[in-house]
Amino acid sequence: MRYFTDVATLARKDLLLEVRARDTLPAMLLFVVAALVVFHFALPSEAGDVAGLGLLWVAIVFTALLGLSRAWVAEREQGVQDGLVLSPADRSAIWLGKALSSLAFLLLAEAIALPAFWIFFTGLDAATIAGVLLADIGICAVGAFVAAMSTATRARELLLPVLFLPLAIPLVVGGVGASVVDGPGRYLAFLALYDALFATICWASFEYVVTE
Amino acid sequence: MLPPLAVVLFATAISLIFFWVPEDAEDPAQRIFYFHVPIALTSYACFGWGAWKALRVLWKRDHRADVESYVAIHQGTIFGALTLVTGSLWARATWGHWWLWSSRQLVLFLVLFLFYCAYFMLRFSVEPGPRRANLSAVYALFGVVLTPVSFLAIRLAEDFIHPTVFTRDGPQMTGSMFAAFCVSLAAMLTLFATFYSIELAGKRIDAQIRELREALS
Repeated sequence: MRYFTDVATLARKDLLLEVRARDTLPAMLLFVVAALVVFHFALPSEAGDVAGLGLLWVAIVFTALLGLSRAWVAEREQGVQDGLVLSPADRSAIWLGKALSSLAFLLLAEAIALPAFWIFFTGLDAATIAGVLLADIGICAVGAFVAAMSTATRARELLLPVLFLPLAIPLVVGGVGASVVDGPGRYLAFLALYDALFATICWASFEYVVTE
Repeated sequence: MLPPLAVVLFATAISLIFFWVPEDAEDPAQRIFYFHVPIALTSYACFGWGAWKALRVLWKRDHRADVESYVAIHQGTIFGALTLVTGSLWARATWGHWWLWSSRQLVLFLVLFLFYCAYFMLRFSVEPGPRRANLSAVYALFGVVLTPVSFLAIRLAEDFIHPTVFTRDGPQMTGSMFAAFCVSLAAMLTLFATFYSIELAGKRIDAQIRELREALS
């Protein structure tokens, strides 16, 4: 039980910081809407709705990257990370708290992005929304993890997309499949499998990212 | 012992492939198969070995395993690049295109190549020490999970990207083909072992020189 209290406290801290400073979320919202407008001009009129659905996934992944690149800035600049590692909380709770707060930001950004996509491009079915929700879990689990890795390097945020995108390719495959194929069950199951596998390996190995 | 063995195996493999194996009448470029597939399998072996050493870094706190894991992944990335090059040449010779998204193995190697290139960027932007060993090892272990997941993803993607038109699952290999293939695979694995031991020895000497220099200054 202690573990979940720690996770909730850490996630709440990030949300509270965001409510006070409003650093990340407005940037994500503006970015995703601007990206959708760019995509409108990038798609020729005969490209059709399916191409638009593919680009929705590009928008989601890049918006998540934008938010994740800010995820550990407070920890690094204020030296919070050393304090968290020294605290009696389990190290994986640090990752889980960050993944949950990143997930909250991404869901809020999508609460604007998906209706905007609906208005600008085409309607969304239940399978697409389920795919987005499942992919969000994977994006935030892996993203919070590799963002912590990139924070430990000299290159900082520059490294995050390089580390993250090869890992995100299966998520895009699952997500686009769930959006465009008639029987989306296999793709949703694949996304769930990805979430379970990568969440487990992130949970098990986060300790080694923050300690020496 | 390894370098002469690699030379002998390579000479045998090349002579078998070019003079012994029957030519495929439909696909004269098919001989690339005897290089392409063993190189790809060797690349998997390198990544697997690198991940095993990475596990030892984290699990046993074996600090010697860090450089071993790095060297294995370095060799794996070189073999991976060769897989992409040989695959691309084969695709060009047989189907007239330099790149085929319908070839699962090639697409998987492209994903893995990008992933392991990022490994080097990660490794070289952290100061040497236990921190770097940990981060590199964790990332190398991610590769073990990513490989089957990506393979599955690429198979699933074929349903909506485009259906498979070409397959490489041609007729079953005959006895002589399989023999040539096995010799070629043994040659590639020995080549990896040779490069691995040479690069590892170089890295160890490098580290010793650095220690001596620090002791002197």
